[in-house]
Amino acid sequence: MQLCSITTIARSVGANRIVPAIAIPYPAGNPELDGSEERDLRKGLVKRCLEALETEVDKVTEF
Amino acid sequence: MSANPRIVCYLNQFFGQIGGEDKADTPPHIEMKAVGPAGALDTQLGDAADVVATVICGDNYINEKDEAFAQVADLIASADPDLVVAGPAFNAGRYGMACAKACQAAGEKLDIPAVSGMYQENPGLDPARRYAYIIPTSDSAAGMRSALPEIASLVEKIVSDRQLGSPEEEGYFPRGQRRTLFTEKRGSLRAIEMLLKRLKDEEYQTELPMPVFDEVEPAPAVSEINKVTIALVSSGGIVPAKNPDSIESASATKYGRYSLKGYNDMRQLDYRSIHGGYDSAYANEDGNRVVPLDVMRELEERGEIGRLHDYYYVTTGTGTSVANARQMGEDIAAELKSSGVQAVVLTST
Repeated sequence: MQLCSITTIARSVGANRIVPAIAIPYPAGNPELDGSEERDLRKGLVKRCLEALETEVDKVTEF
Repeated sequence: MSANPRIVCYLNQFFGQIGGEDKADTPPHIEMKAVGPAGALDTQLGDAADVVATVICGDNYINEKDEAFAQVADLIASADPDLVVAGPAFNAGRYGMACAKACQAAGEKLDIPAVSGMYQENPGLDPARRYAYIIPTSDSAAGMRSALPEIASLVEKIVSDRQLGSPEEEGYFPRGQRRTLFTEKRGSLRAIEMLLKRLKDEEYQTELPMPVFDEVEPAPAVSEINKVTIALVSSGGIVPAKNPDSIESASATKYGRYSLKGYNDMRQLDYRSIHGGYDSAYANEDGNRVVPLDVMRELEERGEIGRLHDYYYVTTGTGTSVANARQMGEDIAAELKSSGVQAVVLTST
């Protein structure tokens, strides 16, 4: 699965499980949040990535 | 078109002379003059048309913010253009996607033509070509000098209401459009002639090229994620500080494999981003933002995943050719498979 911000590019190259990320320079974080909030945000995103891996798909799917 | 056709140009923060990566978050604004390459285009156009305004927006802003498209469309509309020129974007991916949005604004919101220039592998080419005539350019801004006269010549033809010929005749990328025209031979005759040529192994020109989609059959779902080994892979360019494998900061030809064994957090490692396509300040401050090691370890410790693979794989995804990217992807996947890895979280900047 792919975690990325410009999901249209992921689609164009054939990625089938896509999780939209936070931003281009920090896909799995957000410097505007404080440390523990940022980590919680990242944990949520990574868990969504795992959920994508666990889900059967037959075409390009955004989670 | 009107007597003095009005052109609005769309540029990113770099060509719009605001700044580099550190200004990629700049919201869109309009200047009622021709800025940077728009000025050179205005000169090329001579009396054929006038560049009346330049809309400038940061590459990250337009690609990340939902409201950016409407803002850019409104700014373009405010200058009352007859045609929009976006870029040229060469092989800059984010800029190409941004130009596609500017072209979409022209086509969808204003119902006016758009012209752009891109390298054939720019990911912005596909979304843009529906709305724009796009001339092929080189992969870097070194090709500006040859791109601008071609863009100007195409603009001149469009604003003077001259009927444009086929993509092959005029030198723009095919747009997937069909036009009705009269021919000497009827369709059935042309089809039979084509068939006969094909049977005789002679060259023939199809009238309906099939689109090529890069479709990948989805891998089956992972059934017990708490039992499998998962690897982290990234195109975000995070490497050991000395960049021991000399991975290129753009147009990468190689990837690296680096150990995560015994580490719980990217900040424990002396790693940095060598990626030339985004502002690496945030990634250098905290590498978990690109390679989420800290939470993967936590999920591993809590038994939510079986294991995190001891190594992560990384390359630089900016200006990287599709051929090189495909090869690296195949090589990385083969290595991971032989190491018993069953799933991958790929992060891209």
